[in-house]
Order: sequence, then C-alpha cells, then structure tokens
Amino acid sequence: MRNKVLKLIGSMVIILMVFGLTACQKAPKQQAAQNPPKPARPEVILATTTSTQDSGLLDVIVPAFEKKTGYKIKTISVGTGQALAMGEKGEADVLLVHAPDAEKKVVAGGAAINRRMVMHNDFVLVGPSEDPAKIKGKSVIDSLKAINSVKAVFVSRGDDSGTHKLEQKLWQTAGIKPQGTWYQEAGAGMGQTLKIADEKKGYTISDRATYLAQQKNIALQVLVEGDAKLLNIYHVMEVNPDKFAKVNKEGAKAFADYLLSDEGQALISSFGKDKYGQALFTADGGKTEKDFGL
Amino acid sequence: MDNIWQDPDILAVTLLTVQVSGVATLISIILGVPLGLWLALSDFFGKKFIVSVVNFGMGLPPVVVGLVVSLMLWRYGPLGMLGIMYTPWAMIIAQAVIASPIVAGLSFAAISSLNPNLRLQLISLGASRRQANLILIREARLGLLAAVMAGFGGVVSEVGASMMVGGNIKGQTRVLTTATVMEVGKGNYDTALALSFILLLVAYSIVAALTYLQNRTAK
Repeated sequence: MRNKVLKLIGSMVIILMVFGLTACQKAPKQQAAQNPPKPARPEVILATTTSTQDSGLLDVIVPAFEKKTGYKIKTISVGTGQALAMGEKGEADVLLVHAPDAEKKVVAGGAAINRRMVMHNDFVLVGPSEDPAKIKGKSVIDSLKAINSVKAVFVSRGDDSGTHKLEQKLWQTAGIKPQGTWYQEAGAGMGQTLKIADEKKGYTISDRATYLAQQKNIALQVLVEGDAKLLNIYHVMEVNPDKFAKVNKEGAKAFADYLLSDEGQALISSFGKDKYGQALFTADGGKTEKDFGL
Repeated sequence: MDNIWQDPDILAVTLLTVQVSGVATLISIILGVPLGLWLALSDFFGKKFIVSVVNFGMGLPPVVVGLVVSLMLWRYGPLGMLGIMYTPWAMIIAQAVIASPIVAGLSFAAISSLNPNLRLQLISLGASRRQANLILIREARLGLLAAVMAGFGGVVSEVGASMMVGGNIKGQTRVLTTATVMEVGKGNYDTALALSFILLLVAYSIVAALTYLQNRTAK
C-alpha cells in the first residue's frame, strides 16, 4: 500500500526532475556554441520600444552584433516610456528609443549619456477608406482638427510610448485637448492599436514599419504622410555608468557603436527591402537633430 | 517564421516552456503539498486565518506577482545581487509563487474532504502518526494529483508575470505564451495561432500523463 504511494510520488518527482536537470544544462550548451571574442561581462540589457522588435529589425541587428563581438543582448521590448524609466533606474545598459523630448530629459537628469542619432522612419496617419473627416492629403495638424470637429473615432496608443508621446504633442500643437467617446485610449502596442482602429473604423497614428507589417490584416489606409512633423527619430543612449555602477558600460558602448558603424548602418538601411519592397528605416549615423530642422 | 513546424526556434521555445513551468510546478509541489497536509492534519490557534490566506493566494493575480518579483530581482532591488532578472530562473520564481498556493489550497481540500473518523480509526488501530498520515495521503491521492495539474495548468498558461520578469528574450526567456503575445503585436496571427495550438498540446500532454497516473493509482 505504502509502496504505491511512494511509487506515485517517485514517478512525479522523476518526471519533474528531468525537466529541472535539462533546464540547468541549457545555459552552458548555448555558450559553448559561440566562438567569437569573450567579453568579461557578456550580458547587455537593451531596453527598447516595441516597434524595433515588432518590425523585425532587431532580429537582424542583434544576431549580427552578437556574432561579431561575443556580447549577448537581452532585448527588453517595452514602450519608450518604460524603456526610459528602466534607464533612469539603472536597470538597463543601453536604450534605443524614439521620443526626443523625453530622451533629453533623461540625459539632462544624468541617467544616460552619449545620446546619438541612429535612424529614422516616419509616422503615418491612417484611417478607414471612407475617411469621414475628409483628411486625405491635408497636413497633420489640420487633419487632427478635422477629426476633432466631426468627432470621428480616433484610437490612441495611450501607453506612454514614443508614438503616444508624439501624438499628444501633435494634439497640443493643434490646440485640442482630445476627450470624449470618439477619443479612445487603447493602452496597447502599435500592432494591437492598429487592429483596434481597424475594427472600429477609426483613425490612428502609426509608425510606418508597424503599419506595413500589419497591412495584411487591416483595411486602414495611409491618409496623411510626408509631413515634417511626422518624422520618427531613434536615438541610442548608454546608461550612465558613473551613476549606476552595475551597468555594463563596455557592452553598452559596444552595442551603441555597432549601431552607428558602417556595418550596422548598412543593415538598417537595407532592412525591409526584400519583404516590403522599400526600406523601413533610414540610417542617420553621424547626423543630429539640426539636420532635420528640429 | 513562414513554416513554423520546421523552425528550430519553436522547438526551443516549447522546450523552455515545459522546463520553466515544470520546475516551477515541482517547487510548488515541494512547498505546497506539505503545507496543505500540515494545515489539514493539525489543529492550532490561527489555523483558519492561514487557510484563508492560502485560499486567497489561489487567486493571486499573476501580474501582481510579476511586478513584485521584478521589484525584488532588479539590479538595484533587494535581491539584485543574484543577477537572475530576465533569466528563466526569474520566471520559475514568479511561476512558483503563483502555483504554490494553488497546490497548497487544493491539497488541503483533498485531505480535508476525507472522513475525519478515518484518521482516528487508524490511530486507534495502532498506526503511528507518520503511518496514519501516509495512509491519508494515499487516500487523497486523486485530489493531490488534481492539485498538481491545476498548479501546472495555472503556470504554463500564464503570460503577464513571465513577460515582466523574463522579458521575452529570444533564445533565453521566450516561452509559448509570451511568443504568442509578441506575434500578435507583429500582426502574425497565423504564427500566434500555431503557437497557441502547441501550447494547448503541451498543456494537454502533461495533464493527460498525470491523469493516466491518477487513473492507475485509483485502481
């Protein structure tokens, strides 16, 4: 009788131990597969926005960087707001984000250093093909005013991401405080927000890369594009090692330098050509915001 | 990820899912089953309070667990020196915290639902305390296995905490649930659906194996 109990408990433990042991063995196996240089502290935490991951750009850049340098990038893909917050707490080593005003504050606060422009793409204002607010071809600000005046559905990211911050700035510029049932805050990533806007036949602002990636699932059309206010500029910043001693300073610098190297910039400017017939990002290494008149 | 079935990444993600949730379940068994037994078999002041806490813990929201475990494990958090944030171990800890009360609560219920006279009878027949407990465990084995299944089911399908403490890092902490959320974000609904199907398959296989064990021991 007792034998059976023991057998039962024993077999359960064995099943789970097998999982456990294989879990423990996993890490060294992965390391052995690598042969390039071995940095003293190989793990680098990159806090970035969802758009770099959802567009697939990081799937191209990170493996190339890891192979070349032996660093291991841990990509934490969150909204720009959260990525910057991680930098401010010293919980990340390097930041790749797109919210210039918020970035400057983080640098001014001393949490991040060496802010450098990496690339840009652009935002597009998308909406249903019926275009109830008749915004097609207008400027962004006029479009927002038109959407507000007819109270057409507008879906906002509402998640403190770079895109959300830009959208709020645009409303501010238009002199509108968006509120009411027509203005809906999704609290979601770009892909999800586009889907919500599509279902509700509403307008939204999206980065072009995510829109192109989602295009197969949605009927939304690009209605406004090419406005200088819609530039989406990405900067890389290293978290300040003087302020946070635990930061992987060498790794962060190596990754930031790689993004701006000829090799990194070439990867960026060719990314997306094979899949979408157009590059999703324009490489901007060495440029500053002055080059865009900002 | 055009042909998901031939993608070696998917196999790695699936394997990691089973490993993380398996180890977390194992930890929750080690912690939860004895706690449940102890609560069911002993009587002391404040027992009702502890039972209510365990029962409350069964419904612990995973996102809260994820947030608290993150705060603890961050570099500059109280356990930052362990350096396990954004590793499978962080996910195991979070999942074990979620599963342990489930296993403890259901173990408690399984033992408690036995006829209380059984224990008295066993002791009156001359069984030692330990012998009596073992027999009670045996009698409650169906319920105990159900507790293990519920614990495993709870953690393998969990996404919020795994995302927060694991970070969904490719090749390191990406599990089926977080990969599914990411693919939805990318708009790859077909891949997301395929991942969901694999998740269901994994969850079912484990539960089916445990059910087989349950039936066999039920006799």
